[in-house]
Amino acid sequence: MNALTNPVGPPLALLAELTHRCPLGCPYCSNPIALDRVRDELDTATWLRVIDEAASLGALQIHFSGGEPLVRRDLVTLVAHARKAGLYTNLITSAVLLDEARLESLRAAGLEHVQISFQDSQPTNADRIAGYEGGHEKKLAAARMVRAAGLALTINAVMHRQNLTHLPDMIALALDLGAGRLEIAHVQYYGWALANRQSLIPGRAEVRAAVLAVAAAREQLKGRLVIDHVVPDYYARRPKACMGGWARQFLNIAPSGLVLPCHAAQSIPGLRFDSVKERSLGEIWNHSEAFERFRGTSWMPEPCRSCERREVDFGGCRCQAMMLTGDAGATDPACELSPHHARLFETAMAESAVAPRAFIYRRYTKTPREEELPA
Amino acid sequence: MSAPLTESSRPGLSPHTRMKNDAARGGWVLLAPERVLMLDPIAAEILTLCDGITEIGAIAEELARRHAAPREEVLVDVIEMLQGLRDKGLIIA
Repeated sequence: MNALTNPVGPPLALLAELTHRCPLGCPYCSNPIALDRVRDELDTATWLRVIDEAASLGALQIHFSGGEPLVRRDLVTLVAHARKAGLYTNLITSAVLLDEARLESLRAAGLEHVQISFQDSQPTNADRIAGYEGGHEKKLAAARMVRAAGLALTINAVMHRQNLTHLPDMIALALDLGAGRLEIAHVQYYGWALANRQSLIPGRAEVRAAVLAVAAAREQLKGRLVIDHVVPDYYARRPKACMGGWARQFLNIAPSGLVLPCHAAQSIPGLRFDSVKERSLGEIWNHSEAFERFRGTSWMPEPCRSCERREVDFGGCRCQAMMLTGDAGATDPACELSPHHARLFETAMAESAVAPRAFIYRRYTKTPREEELPA
Repeated sequence: MSAPLTESSRPGLSPHTRMKNDAARGGWVLLAPERVLMLDPIAAEILTLCDGITEIGAIAEELARRHAAPREEVLVDVIEMLQGLRDKGLIIA
Protein backbone atom coordinates (compact mmCIF):
# COMPACT_ATOMS: atom_id res chain seq x y z
CA MET A 1 0.00 0.00 0.00
CA ASN A 2 1.46 3.37 -0.97
CA ALA A 3 1.44 5.65 2.07
CA LEU A 4 1.41 8.81 -0.06
CA THR A 5 -1.52 8.11 -2.31
CA ASN A 6 -3.41 5.78 -0.03
CA PRO A 7 -2.79 6.73 3.60
CA VAL A 8 -3.71 4.32 6.34
CA GLY A 9 -7.13 5.17 7.75
CA PRO A 10 -7.70 5.61 11.46
CA PRO A 11 -8.25 2.54 13.67
CA LEU A 12 -11.78 1.87 14.92
CA ALA A 13 -10.92 0.42 18.28
CA LEU A 14 -8.20 -0.35 20.77
CA LEU A 15 -8.15 -3.66 22.61
CA ALA A 16 -6.30 -2.93 25.85
CA GLU A 17 -5.15 -6.18 27.44
CA LEU A 18 -4.28 -4.80 30.84
CA THR A 19 -3.01 -8.04 32.33
CA HIS A 20 -2.76 -11.76 31.70
CA ARG A 21 -3.67 -12.53 35.32
CA CYS A 22 -7.04 -14.29 35.59
CA PRO A 23 -8.74 -16.41 38.25
CA LEU A 24 -10.37 -18.66 35.61
CA GLY A 25 -8.62 -21.46 33.78
CA CYS A 26 -10.62 -21.77 30.54
CA PRO A 27 -8.95 -24.35 28.29
CA TYR A 28 -9.66 -22.17 25.22
CA CYS A 29 -8.22 -18.93 26.60
CA SER A 30 -7.28 -16.52 23.79
CA ASN A 31 -4.17 -15.30 25.61
CA PRO A 32 -0.86 -16.60 24.26
CA ILE A 33 0.66 -19.73 25.79
CA ALA A 34 3.58 -17.60 27.04
CA LEU A 35 1.82 -15.20 29.42
CA ASP A 36 3.19 -11.74 30.29
CA ARG A 37 4.38 -11.43 33.90
CA VAL A 38 3.00 -8.91 36.39
CA ARG A 39 6.29 -7.06 36.66
CA ASP A 40 6.29 -6.49 32.90
CA GLU A 41 2.80 -4.92 32.84
CA LEU A 42 2.53 -1.31 31.66
CA ASP A 43 2.14 1.23 34.45
CA THR A 44 -0.78 3.61 34.82
CA ALA A 45 1.00 6.62 33.33
CA THR A 46 1.87 4.75 30.15
CA TRP A 47 -1.69 3.51 29.72
CA LEU A 48 -3.03 7.05 30.18
CA ARG A 49 -0.67 8.30 27.46
CA VAL A 50 -1.63 5.43 25.16
CA ILE A 51 -5.33 6.16 25.63
CA ASP A 52 -4.79 9.78 24.58
CA GLU A 53 -2.78 8.66 21.57
CA ALA A 54 -5.49 6.19 20.55
CA ALA A 55 -8.17 8.88 20.74
CA SER A 56 -6.16 11.40 18.71
CA LEU A 57 -5.39 8.70 16.15
CA GLY A 58 -9.16 8.39 15.60
CA ALA A 59 -10.02 5.28 17.62
CA LEU A 60 -13.66 5.41 18.69
CA GLN A 61 -13.91 2.54 21.15
CA ILE A 62 -11.71 1.01 23.82
CA HIS A 63 -12.10 -2.52 25.11
CA PHE A 64 -10.52 -3.10 28.52
CA SER A 65 -9.66 -6.75 28.56
CA GLY A 66 -7.11 -9.26 29.80
CA GLY A 67 -6.74 -11.75 31.43
CA GLU A 68 -9.10 -10.31 33.94
CA PRO A 69 -8.96 -6.49 33.79
CA LEU A 70 -10.59 -6.16 37.23
CA VAL A 71 -7.37 -7.32 38.89
CA ARG A 72 -5.78 -3.99 37.87
CA ARG A 73 -6.19 -1.48 40.70
CA ASP A 74 -6.06 1.44 38.26
CA LEU A 75 -8.97 0.22 36.11
CA VAL A 76 -11.33 2.99 37.26
CA THR A 77 -8.69 5.65 36.52
CA LEU A 78 -8.15 4.25 33.03
CA VAL A 79 -11.88 4.05 32.29
CA ALA A 80 -12.43 7.64 33.44
CA HIS A 81 -9.56 8.83 31.27
CA ALA A 82 -10.81 6.95 28.21
CA ARG A 83 -14.31 8.33 28.59
CA LYS A 84 -12.98 11.86 28.98
CA ALA A 85 -11.01 11.33 25.76
CA GLY A 86 -14.34 10.56 24.03
CA LEU A 87 -13.86 6.81 23.60
CA TYR A 88 -16.80 4.43 23.95
CA THR A 89 -15.75 2.40 26.97
CA ASN A 90 -16.22 -1.33 27.18
CA LEU A 91 -15.15 -3.82 29.85
CA ILE A 92 -14.61 -7.44 28.83
CA THR A 93 -14.62 -9.48 32.01
CA SER A 94 -15.19 -12.86 33.61
CA ALA A 95 -17.07 -10.81 36.25
CA VAL A 96 -16.23 -13.15 39.13
CA LEU A 97 -14.38 -10.28 40.85
CA LEU A 98 -17.08 -7.67 40.26
CA ASP A 99 -18.89 -6.33 43.32
CA GLU A 100 -21.38 -3.46 43.85
CA ALA A 101 -18.76 -0.95 44.99
CA ARG A 102 -16.40 -1.58 42.08
CA LEU A 103 -19.23 -1.44 39.58
CA GLU A 104 -20.48 1.85 41.02
CA SER A 105 -16.98 3.38 40.71
CA LEU A 106 -16.76 2.16 37.13
CA ARG A 107 -20.20 3.53 36.31
CA ALA A 108 -19.34 6.88 37.86
CA ALA A 109 -16.10 6.89 35.83
CA GLY A 110 -18.21 6.67 32.66
CA LEU A 111 -18.12 2.99 31.78
CA GLU A 112 -20.74 2.30 29.11
CA HIS A 113 -20.73 -1.39 28.28
CA VAL A 114 -19.87 -4.61 30.08
CA GLN A 115 -19.29 -7.96 28.38
CA ILE A 116 -19.47 -11.01 30.61
CA SER A 117 -18.30 -14.40 29.41
CA PHE A 118 -20.36 -17.49 30.22
CA GLN A 119 -18.89 -20.96 29.90
CA ASP A 120 -22.28 -22.69 29.76
CA SER A 121 -25.93 -22.26 30.75
CA GLN A 122 -25.66 -25.12 33.27
CA PRO A 123 -23.82 -24.08 36.46
CA THR A 124 -21.92 -27.32 37.14
CA ASN A 125 -20.66 -27.70 33.60
CA ALA A 126 -19.84 -23.98 33.39
CA ASP A 127 -17.69 -24.14 36.53
CA ARG A 128 -15.98 -27.31 35.34
CA ILE A 129 -15.07 -25.71 32.00
CA ALA A 130 -13.82 -22.51 33.65
CA GLY A 131 -11.93 -24.49 36.28
CA TYR A 132 -13.44 -22.18 38.92
CA GLU A 133 -15.96 -23.36 41.47
CA GLY A 134 -18.93 -21.02 42.07
CA GLY A 135 -17.99 -18.84 39.10
CA HIS A 136 -21.29 -19.22 37.24
CA GLU A 137 -23.33 -18.01 40.25
CA LYS A 138 -21.08 -14.96 40.57
CA LYS A 139 -21.45 -14.17 36.88
CA LEU A 140 -25.24 -14.29 37.11
CA ALA A 141 -25.20 -11.90 40.07
CA ALA A 142 -22.74 -9.59 38.32
CA ALA A 143 -24.82 -9.49 35.13
CA ARG A 144 -27.87 -8.44 37.15
CA MET A 145 -25.84 -5.73 38.90
CA VAL A 146 -24.69 -4.40 35.54
CA ARG A 147 -28.27 -4.09 34.32
CA ALA A 148 -29.44 -2.56 37.61
CA ALA A 149 -26.67 0.05 37.21
CA GLY A 150 -28.12 0.90 33.77
CA LEU A 151 -25.09 -0.19 31.75
CA ALA A 152 -25.26 -2.02 28.43
CA LEU A 153 -24.70 -5.74 28.83
CA THR A 154 -23.34 -8.27 26.36
CA ILE A 155 -23.23 -11.96 27.14
CA ASN A 156 -20.27 -13.71 25.53
CA ALA A 157 -21.21 -17.35 25.10
CA VAL A 158 -18.16 -19.41 24.27
CA MET A 159 -19.31 -22.54 22.43
CA HIS A 160 -17.69 -25.92 21.70
CA ARG A 161 -18.55 -29.62 21.70
CA GLN A 162 -19.05 -29.73 25.48
CA ASN A 163 -21.84 -27.12 25.52
CA LEU A 164 -23.04 -26.50 21.96
CA THR A 165 -26.34 -28.36 22.41
CA HIS A 166 -27.18 -25.85 25.18
CA LEU A 167 -27.20 -22.96 22.72
CA PRO A 168 -30.98 -22.32 23.01
CA ASP A 169 -30.55 -22.09 26.81
CA MET A 170 -27.72 -19.61 26.37
CA ILE A 171 -30.00 -17.42 24.24
CA ALA A 172 -32.71 -17.68 26.92
CA LEU A 173 -30.14 -16.82 29.59
CA ALA A 174 -29.07 -13.67 27.73
CA LEU A 175 -32.71 -12.56 27.48
CA ASP A 176 -33.39 -13.36 31.11
CA LEU A 177 -30.38 -11.31 32.21
CA GLY A 178 -31.54 -8.32 30.16
CA ALA A 179 -28.59 -8.33 27.77
CA GLY A 180 -28.93 -6.16 24.67
CA ARG A 181 -26.38 -8.23 22.82
CA LEU A 182 -25.28 -11.84 22.70
CA GLU A 183 -21.99 -12.81 21.17
CA ILE A 184 -21.89 -16.46 20.21
CA ALA A 185 -18.21 -17.17 19.99
CA HIS A 186 -17.27 -20.60 18.74
CA VAL A 187 -13.84 -21.44 20.09
CA GLN A 188 -11.07 -20.45 17.72
CA TYR A 189 -8.21 -22.91 17.69
CA TYR A 190 -5.08 -20.99 18.58
CA GLY A 191 -2.78 -21.31 21.58
CA TRP A 192 -4.59 -22.89 24.51
CA ALA A 193 -7.58 -23.94 22.44
CA LEU A 194 -5.33 -25.66 19.93
CA ALA A 195 -3.81 -27.68 22.77
CA ASN A 196 -7.37 -28.72 23.74
CA ARG A 197 -8.81 -28.98 20.24
CA GLN A 198 -9.88 -32.59 20.39
CA SER A 199 -11.85 -31.89 23.57
CA LEU A 200 -13.52 -28.80 22.13
CA ILE A 201 -14.20 -29.17 18.43
CA PRO A 202 -17.87 -29.91 17.67
CA GLY A 203 -19.22 -32.20 14.98
CA ARG A 204 -20.63 -30.87 11.75
CA ALA A 205 -24.26 -31.75 12.54
CA GLU A 206 -24.12 -29.85 15.86
CA VAL A 207 -22.63 -26.81 14.15
CA ARG A 208 -25.28 -26.89 11.46
CA ALA A 209 -28.06 -27.07 14.08
CA ALA A 210 -26.48 -24.13 15.93
CA VAL A 211 -26.32 -21.99 12.80
CA LEU A 212 -30.01 -22.63 12.09
CA ALA A 213 -31.02 -21.98 15.72
CA VAL A 214 -29.16 -18.67 15.73
CA ALA A 215 -30.68 -17.54 12.44
CA ALA A 216 -34.19 -18.24 13.76
CA ALA A 217 -33.54 -16.54 17.12
CA ARG A 218 -32.00 -13.51 15.43
CA GLU A 219 -35.11 -12.96 13.33
CA GLN A 220 -37.48 -13.57 16.22
CA LEU A 221 -35.58 -11.30 18.63
CA LYS A 222 -34.93 -8.42 16.21
CA GLY A 223 -35.00 -5.14 18.15
CA ARG A 224 -34.69 -6.95 21.51
CA LEU A 225 -31.41 -8.83 21.34
CA VAL A 226 -28.57 -8.32 18.89
CA ILE A 227 -26.90 -11.67 18.18
CA ASP A 228 -23.41 -11.82 16.70
CA HIS A 229 -22.32 -15.22 15.49
CA VAL A 230 -19.28 -16.36 13.59
CA VAL A 231 -19.40 -19.86 12.12
CA PRO A 232 -16.46 -21.96 13.34
CA ASP A 233 -13.65 -21.89 10.82
CA TYR A 234 -13.15 -25.62 10.38
CA TYR A 235 -16.62 -26.03 8.88
CA ALA A 236 -16.74 -22.75 6.96
CA ARG A 237 -16.53 -22.47 3.18
CA ARG A 238 -15.01 -19.02 3.24
CA PRO A 239 -12.75 -17.57 5.93
CA LYS A 240 -13.82 -14.93 8.44
CA ALA A 241 -12.58 -11.39 7.86
CA CYS A 242 -10.25 -11.78 10.81
CA MET A 243 -10.01 -8.49 12.75
CA GLY A 244 -11.84 -6.86 9.81
CA GLY A 245 -8.56 -7.18 7.90
CA TRP A 246 -5.01 -7.12 9.28
CA ALA A 247 -4.07 -3.68 10.68
CA ARG A 248 -7.18 -2.14 9.19
CA GLN A 249 -9.48 -1.52 12.16
CA PHE A 250 -7.92 -2.77 15.39
CA LEU A 251 -4.93 -2.30 17.63
CA ASN A 252 -4.25 -4.81 20.37
CA ILE A 253 -1.91 -3.89 23.18
CA ALA A 254 -0.52 -6.77 25.23
CA PRO A 255 0.04 -6.28 28.99
CA SER A 256 3.75 -5.66 28.46
CA GLY A 257 3.11 -2.94 25.88
CA LEU A 258 3.71 -4.75 22.61
CA VAL A 259 1.29 -3.54 19.96
CA LEU A 260 -0.23 -6.36 17.93
CA PRO A 261 -2.53 -6.38 14.89
CA CYS A 262 -4.49 -9.13 16.68
CA HIS A 263 -4.28 -10.87 20.04
CA ALA A 264 -2.74 -14.04 18.56
CA ALA A 265 -0.20 -12.34 16.30
CA GLN A 266 2.75 -13.38 18.47
CA SER A 267 2.20 -16.92 17.22
CA ILE A 268 3.68 -15.83 13.88
CA PRO A 269 7.45 -16.28 14.03
CA GLY A 270 9.67 -13.58 12.59
CA LEU A 271 7.21 -10.69 12.97
CA ARG A 272 8.74 -7.75 14.82
CA PHE A 273 6.36 -5.94 17.15
CA ASP A 274 6.88 -2.46 18.55
CA SER A 275 6.21 -1.45 22.13
CA VAL A 276 4.39 1.65 23.36
CA LYS A 277 7.31 1.96 25.76
CA GLU A 278 9.47 2.95 22.78
CA ARG A 279 7.23 4.46 20.10
CA SER A 280 3.98 6.38 19.97
CA LEU A 281 0.82 4.52 19.04
CA GLY A 282 0.47 6.66 15.91
CA GLU A 283 3.93 5.73 14.65
CA ILE A 284 3.23 2.08 15.34
CA TRP A 285 -0.17 2.09 13.63
CA ASN A 286 1.24 3.78 10.55
CA HIS A 287 4.70 2.25 10.28
CA SER A 288 5.20 -0.81 12.49
CA GLU A 289 6.71 -3.65 10.48
CA ALA A 290 4.20 -6.12 11.91
CA PHE A 291 1.29 -3.91 10.86
CA GLU A 292 2.64 -3.26 7.37
CA ARG A 293 3.42 -6.93 6.70
CA PHE A 294 -0.15 -8.06 5.85
CA ARG A 295 -1.95 -4.74 5.50
CA GLY A 296 -4.03 -4.25 2.36
CA THR A 297 -3.95 -6.77 -0.49
CA SER A 298 -0.49 -6.54 -2.06
CA TRP A 299 0.98 -9.30 0.17
CA MET A 300 -1.62 -11.79 -1.04
CA PRO A 301 -0.83 -14.98 -2.93
CA GLU A 302 -3.25 -16.66 -5.33
CA PRO A 303 -6.11 -17.55 -5.06
CA CYS A 304 -6.62 -14.46 -2.82
CA ARG A 305 -4.91 -11.91 -5.06
CA SER A 306 -7.41 -12.18 -7.90
CA CYS A 307 -10.38 -13.18 -5.71
CA GLU A 308 -13.41 -10.91 -5.80
CA ARG A 309 -13.69 -11.35 -2.02
CA ARG A 310 -10.14 -10.13 -1.30
CA GLU A 311 -11.48 -6.96 0.32
CA VAL A 312 -14.36 -8.81 1.99
CA ASP A 313 -12.43 -11.40 3.99
CA PHE A 314 -8.88 -10.03 3.46
CA GLY A 315 -7.53 -13.54 3.02
CA GLY A 316 -8.85 -14.70 6.39
CA CYS A 317 -6.64 -15.21 9.42
CA ARG A 318 -2.84 -14.95 9.26
CA CYS A 319 -2.30 -16.83 12.52
CA GLN A 320 -4.44 -19.72 11.36
CA ALA A 321 -2.60 -19.84 8.03
CA MET A 322 0.66 -20.00 9.99
CA MET A 323 -0.54 -22.72 12.30
CA LEU A 324 -2.05 -24.99 9.68
CA THR A 325 0.21 -24.45 6.67
CA GLY A 326 3.44 -23.22 8.24
CA ASP A 327 3.20 -20.03 6.16
CA ALA A 328 1.57 -16.90 7.61
CA GLY A 329 1.33 -15.47 4.09
CA ALA A 330 -0.79 -18.34 2.74
CA THR A 331 -4.53 -18.31 2.10
CA ASP A 332 -6.39 -19.18 5.30
CA PRO A 333 -7.22 -22.92 5.05
CA ALA A 334 -10.75 -22.06 6.23
CA CYS A 335 -11.29 -21.02 2.60
CA GLU A 336 -12.44 -23.83 0.35
CA LEU A 337 -10.11 -22.49 -2.35
CA SER A 338 -7.09 -23.30 -0.17
CA PRO A 339 -5.33 -26.59 -1.03
CA HIS A 340 -5.29 -27.30 2.74
CA HIS A 341 -9.05 -26.92 3.21
CA ALA A 342 -9.97 -30.59 2.89
CA ARG A 343 -7.45 -31.57 5.54
CA LEU A 344 -8.90 -28.98 7.93
CA PHE A 345 -12.38 -30.37 7.52
CA GLU A 346 -11.15 -33.96 7.92
CA THR A 347 -9.28 -33.04 11.11
CA ALA A 348 -12.43 -31.50 12.57
CA MET A 349 -14.57 -34.49 11.64
CA ALA A 350 -12.02 -36.98 13.01
CA GLU A 351 -11.33 -35.19 16.30
CA SER A 352 -15.00 -34.47 17.02
CA ALA A 353 -15.83 -38.17 16.55
CA VAL A 354 -13.56 -39.45 19.34
CA ALA A 355 -13.97 -38.98 23.08
CA PRO A 356 -12.72 -35.69 24.56
CA ARG A 357 -9.56 -35.83 26.70
CA ALA A 358 -9.05 -34.14 30.06
CA PHE A 359 -8.68 -30.38 29.65
CA ILE A 360 -5.31 -28.71 29.83
CA TYR A 361 -6.41 -25.71 31.88
CA ARG A 362 -4.89 -22.33 31.30
CA ARG A 363 -3.27 -21.33 34.57
CA TYR A 364 -1.40 -18.11 35.16
CA THR A 365 1.22 -19.84 37.23
CA LYS A 366 1.67 -22.87 35.04
CA THR A 367 2.21 -23.22 31.33
CA PRO A 368 1.78 -26.65 29.78
CA ARG A 369 4.95 -28.64 29.22
CA GLU A 370 5.96 -29.33 25.65
CA GLU A 371 4.96 -32.98 25.88
CA GLU A 372 1.40 -31.98 26.84
CA LEU A 373 0.90 -30.06 23.62
CA PRO A 374 -0.08 -31.75 20.38
CA ALA A 375 2.65 -31.88 17.78
CA MET B 1 -40.26 -9.05 16.75
CA SER B 2 -40.77 -5.39 17.59
CA ALA B 3 -43.79 -3.51 16.23
CA PRO B 4 -43.15 -1.41 13.12
CA LEU B 5 -42.59 2.32 13.55
CA THR B 6 -45.38 4.68 12.55
CA GLU B 7 -45.87 8.41 12.14
CA SER B 8 -46.75 8.71 15.82
CA SER B 9 -43.72 6.82 17.20
CA ARG B 10 -41.34 8.92 19.32
CA PRO B 11 -37.81 7.74 18.53
CA GLY B 12 -34.78 8.50 20.64
CA LEU B 13 -31.26 7.13 20.92
CA SER B 14 -30.99 3.95 22.97
CA PRO B 15 -29.51 4.70 26.40
CA HIS B 16 -26.43 2.74 25.34
CA THR B 17 -25.89 4.59 22.08
CA ARG B 18 -24.33 7.99 21.56
CA MET B 19 -23.51 10.27 18.67
CA LYS B 20 -20.07 11.73 18.28
CA ASN B 21 -18.64 14.30 15.92
CA ASP B 22 -15.52 12.51 14.74
CA ALA B 23 -12.70 14.79 13.68
CA ALA B 24 -10.53 11.96 12.30
CA ARG B 25 -13.20 10.94 9.78
CA GLY B 26 -14.89 14.29 9.33
CA GLY B 27 -18.47 13.44 10.20
CA TRP B 28 -20.92 12.09 12.75
CA VAL B 29 -20.67 8.54 14.03
CA LEU B 30 -23.02 6.49 16.16
CA LEU B 31 -21.34 4.52 18.95
CA ALA B 32 -22.91 1.47 20.57
CA PRO B 33 -21.76 -1.81 22.09
CA GLU B 34 -19.28 -3.29 19.56
CA ARG B 35 -20.81 -1.11 16.85
CA VAL B 36 -19.66 1.98 15.04
CA LEU B 37 -21.92 3.44 12.38
CA MET B 38 -20.68 6.22 10.10
CA LEU B 39 -23.59 8.60 9.53
CA ASP B 40 -24.11 10.53 6.33
CA PRO B 41 -25.21 14.17 6.83
CA ILE B 42 -28.92 13.35 6.34
CA ALA B 43 -28.88 10.44 8.81
CA ALA B 44 -27.08 12.64 11.33
CA GLU B 45 -29.68 15.37 10.84
CA ILE B 46 -32.55 12.92 11.38
CA LEU B 47 -30.98 11.48 14.52
CA THR B 48 -30.40 14.93 15.97
CA LEU B 49 -34.16 15.42 15.84
CA CYS B 50 -34.85 12.12 17.63
CA ASP B 51 -35.24 13.26 21.22
CA GLY B 52 -37.67 10.62 22.44
CA ILE B 53 -40.48 13.19 22.57
CA THR B 54 -41.01 14.43 19.02
CA GLU B 55 -43.18 12.20 16.82
CA ILE B 56 -41.82 10.88 13.52
CA GLY B 57 -44.54 12.84 11.69
CA ALA B 58 -43.24 16.10 13.14
CA ILE B 59 -39.64 15.13 12.38
CA ALA B 60 -40.56 14.48 8.75
CA GLU B 61 -42.40 17.80 8.60
CA GLU B 62 -39.39 19.69 9.91
CA LEU B 63 -37.05 17.98 7.44
CA ALA B 64 -39.47 18.60 4.56
CA ARG B 65 -39.54 22.28 5.47
CA ARG B 66 -35.74 22.55 5.74
CA HIS B 67 -35.07 20.81 2.44
CA ALA B 68 -38.17 21.99 0.55
CA ALA B 69 -39.16 18.38 -0.15
CA PRO B 70 -42.59 16.68 -0.16
CA ARG B 71 -43.49 15.61 3.41
CA GLU B 72 -44.89 12.20 2.41
CA GLU B 73 -41.70 11.21 0.59
CA VAL B 74 -39.55 12.38 3.49
CA LEU B 75 -41.74 10.44 5.91
CA VAL B 76 -41.22 7.15 4.04
CA ASP B 77 -37.43 7.64 4.05
CA VAL B 78 -37.31 8.63 7.71
CA ILE B 79 -39.35 5.61 8.82
CA GLU B 80 -37.25 3.25 6.73
CA MET B 81 -33.99 4.53 8.19
CA LEU B 82 -35.20 4.58 11.79
CA GLN B 83 -36.75 1.11 11.51
CA GLY B 84 -33.37 -0.25 10.48
CA LEU B 85 -31.69 1.39 13.45
CA ARG B 86 -34.38 0.15 15.82
CA ASP B 87 -34.02 -3.43 14.58
CA LYS B 88 -30.33 -3.14 15.42
CA GLY B 89 -31.13 -1.86 18.91
CA LEU B 90 -29.50 1.52 18.27
CA ILE B 91 -32.64 3.58 18.86
CA ILE B 92 -35.77 3.06 20.91
CA ALA B 93 -39.30 4.26 20.17
